[in-house]
Amino acid sequence: MINKLVILIVIVLGVIGVAQLVRLNELSRKHSGRKEENIPNRDNKLNANLMLVFMIFFYAGFIWLMLKFGWTGRGPAASTHGVGTDWLLNLNFVIIITVFFLTNTLLFVFAWKYVKRPGVKAVFFAHSNKLEAIWTVIPALVLAVIIILGLRTWNDITDESAPEAERVEVFSWQFAWKARYSGMDNTLGAYDYKLTTAENEFALINKANIDAARDSMSYGQIGSIKVLEETLNNPNVIMSVEEREKLTNELAVKQRLHRLLTQMGITHNDSLDVLASNDFFSDTLVLLKGQNYEFTFRSKDVIHSAYFPHFRAQMNTVPGMETRMKFQPIYTTEEMRKEMNDEDFEYILMCNKICGGSHYNMKMPVRVMNAEQYYNWKVNQTTYNGKTYFGYDADPANLSAAEKAEQMKKREALLESYKAIEASLDTEEK
Amino acid sequence: MAAVAHGADHGHDHHEESFVSKYIFSQDHKMIGKQFLMTAVFMGLVAMLLSILFRIQLAWPGESSDFLSMFLGEKWAPNGILNNEMYLGLVTIHGTLMVFFLLTGGLSGTFSNLLIPLQIGARDMASGFLNMLSYWLFFLSSLIMFASLFIETGPAMAGWTIYPPLSALPQAVSGSGLGMTMWLTSMTIFIASSLIGSLNYIVTVLNLRTTGMKMTRMPLTIWAFLVTAILGVLSFPVLLSAALLLLMDRTMGTSFYLSDIIVGGEMLENVGGSPVLYQHLFWFLGHPEVYIVLLPALGLSSEIISTNSRKPIFGYRAMIGSILAIGFLSFIVWGHHMFVTGMNPFLGSVFVFTTLLIAIPSAVKVFNYLTTLWKGSITYTPAMLFAVGLVSTFITGGVTGIILADSALDIAVHDTYFVVAHFHIVMGMSAVFGMFAGVYHWFPKMYGKMMNNRLGYVHFWITIVGAYGVFFPMHFVGLAGAPRRYYDYSVYEGFSGDAYEMILDLNVIITVFAIIAALGQIVFLFNLFVSIFRGQAAPQNPWRSNTLEWTTPVEHVHGNWPGELPTVHRWPYDYSKPGMEEDFIPQTTPLMAGEEEH
Repeated sequence: MINKLVILIVIVLGVIGVAQLVRLNELSRKHSGRKEENIPNRDNKLNANLMLVFMIFFYAGFIWLMLKFGWTGRGPAASTHGVGTDWLLNLNFVIIITVFFLTNTLLFVFAWKYVKRPGVKAVFFAHSNKLEAIWTVIPALVLAVIIILGLRTWNDITDESAPEAERVEVFSWQFAWKARYSGMDNTLGAYDYKLTTAENEFALINKANIDAARDSMSYGQIGSIKVLEETLNNPNVIMSVEEREKLTNELAVKQRLHRLLTQMGITHNDSLDVLASNDFFSDTLVLLKGQNYEFTFRSKDVIHSAYFPHFRAQMNTVPGMETRMKFQPIYTTEEMRKEMNDEDFEYILMCNKICGGSHYNMKMPVRVMNAEQYYNWKVNQTTYNGKTYFGYDADPANLSAAEKAEQMKKREALLESYKAIEASLDTEEK
Repeated sequence: MAAVAHGADHGHDHHEESFVSKYIFSQDHKMIGKQFLMTAVFMGLVAMLLSILFRIQLAWPGESSDFLSMFLGEKWAPNGILNNEMYLGLVTIHGTLMVFFLLTGGLSGTFSNLLIPLQIGARDMASGFLNMLSYWLFFLSSLIMFASLFIETGPAMAGWTIYPPLSALPQAVSGSGLGMTMWLTSMTIFIASSLIGSLNYIVTVLNLRTTGMKMTRMPLTIWAFLVTAILGVLSFPVLLSAALLLLMDRTMGTSFYLSDIIVGGEMLENVGGSPVLYQHLFWFLGHPEVYIVLLPALGLSSEIISTNSRKPIFGYRAMIGSILAIGFLSFIVWGHHMFVTGMNPFLGSVFVFTTLLIAIPSAVKVFNYLTTLWKGSITYTPAMLFAVGLVSTFITGGVTGIILADSALDIAVHDTYFVVAHFHIVMGMSAVFGMFAGVYHWFPKMYGKMMNNRLGYVHFWITIVGAYGVFFPMHFVGLAGAPRRYYDYSVYEGFSGDAYEMILDLNVIITVFAIIAALGQIVFLFNLFVSIFRGQAAPQNPWRSNTLEWTTPVEHVHGNWPGELPTVHRWPYDYSKPGMEEDFIPQTTPLMAGEEEH
């Protein structure tokens, strides 16, 4: 209560004070005969000097920010193309910072120097073809260089992946990410959003999934056609006209989707089921240093964006449309921890397209491993059809001696190939 | 002749004007200009307040603030902590109000209306009725947009670009319910207002110029307004169609933008639409929109810089050429907003090329401004300060555009605070500075009073320090990897230690500057309203300027000139012409014997 009283008194006093100031100003103007349209030399000079002072503080602030925070707070680029991007970024920064200082300095110095002085008349200088040609041609030339270098890098970044690049799908929805690895065949199985169920969150296509989706749409416990029909036809259920309309619409949608699922079941080619069978999933995006990755992106609901700040990579994920991107990581997480001098450092994948209330918290850790770690991680995965990475029964007790030996051999080959990939990056660098 | 007859009619009406026809449903362009100004000032203040609310959350995430609960109440700021969905609502409405209501409706609406007839020597706009309609539609749309802040499910929350599917699905975010419907309704009306206004401006400039006012004798303000109006007429209908298709997706079950969606556990049957289509349509308006906002500000500042340097604007024809070039190029660059949508990379290359071309006419404009100041005799009115500030922000914000236009670099900083810094400086600050400059410079023409210069000086210095203090550090926040439209960065503790600390530290600095800059605007408001009622009486030509508006009487008359319309004999930039006694020669002064026109 007292607080409010104090605020009230302050406001009242403030209003009175302001009114008095206005009157004072009016009186002084009348007394001195000063007119607003005639700017006194003193005011001109003061503002001219402030232009220079402002420039100095502006530049000092810029330099302070640069010294304290550096050119980029993200650390070194952790992908092959990112190194190129950073080089180009730095080159562009050199150009634009030069232009920034040059033109701002000219502006503020002119604004300071050419302030009105008694007896000095402005110079009548309306145009000069030569000058105008100079400042058309020079920017054009600089831009030509920027465009050529930029497009060259752009073509590298967006080029098709080599066939041996590892294929990984990144799936997004409000507000999480999940990765799907293509498994030993390096081919991602097909999907259709209509097959999404609690057991099949990636909506992968195979005979069993189609049947399950259709059945759950027909007879599921919640919201199925059967439940809806029962509710609508039950004379004991009392509902408003709007509710009834809503449920009727929902039923119609479900029936149409059900028909589509039935069609899908009839035309389905069973031989393709195997593509999805050896895929596997991960909540962390695990990558091998030196491996080329071909990512495809998918969204379940709204647009998200897969933003990898450390790899200088970004791509939107769009419902109803597949997008792609590639990159090759060049530092393991451990190497980056040393580089950044931060024991807890983790690579991260962030959502960078406004997608709803928890947009800010939609992230997935990314881990870059060396050959041995990556191999260990991979061989411990269970595939979509419940087998080992190499397609054998997950329980070693069920394997024959020959199968065990075969699997062992494949394991060794895999480890060797990963080591070769990691090593190839080191030789490239040298 | 038509103009004269038109004016004569109005002269007759003048005696019978009632309060309503003079101040409310006025068809006089000067009054309509003032109405636009006041509505825009209100909307601008609301937008600024919203930004302070979300800046408090960004600087001190999760801390309770009485200020937040005072404005947002228990629902949207429980215990004084901002709700995360409302954060998006504030960001969305802040952007919408600033871009469309303050800087499109407000800037163009105020100054095109006020200055086009006055500077070309016309009695009024080609159609006074359409002009009035344009304002009242603007008012109605402002009302709807403002009201959407107060509904139960909150305002639109999909960002000012309202990308579907987020904006199409009420299940995705609460603001996509009634709030989005109101957003779309308001914008539809706004677009109608803008189209009516723009057509009127174009027709007036092309048809109602007084004797001797050749296109090459028009002040650069008029050139800027003309090109702005043409951009508006060509691009706003595309946004209108985008909005209507979105409305259909929301209400009629169509699938223009929707495909393969499961949201909130509900499977939708929409198949075959493309959300990227919306983005193409949106940015086909969206990029010209940047210049719809910017060109009038550049036009106003050209006039102000020339007048107050007492020098002709340097390279008049090059300035017109660059306005036209910017206007044309702005239609073929929209894809640079979409480098990461999965657009064909070759198409991306084309947009890189066209976008970077815009840097050339922009550079020409900057150098021409600099040369205009060179060896001038500068008088610092508050308008001049803001015009010089505009040149600085146009440079500072413009150069970072080179990085964002370069697709290879854009993917590294796209949608981060680097972008936020870029467009707030080059578009936001420049256009707002242009608007302030315009208000200070033409206030005597609008209200017949003078504003207080010294308060104007205080206002300018607080504003430029505050605004640069807000937006300049954002470059560093962006380069540290911080995405925009994030409610709380503190969940990234552990995400590369330095960057995390840096983002949090800078966010506090930015918010402090934002509060300073916002408080500085009180000085402006005070100056504006006190001057309207108690300002010193204005002389007819306070800035000793050449253009026609300063030949009209201080006291407004319907039809602008009491007698004959003035005749124009020269371009508007004969300042400090050698061999002349005065340092300015109004456009109505005939050429002297043997005098060459510029």
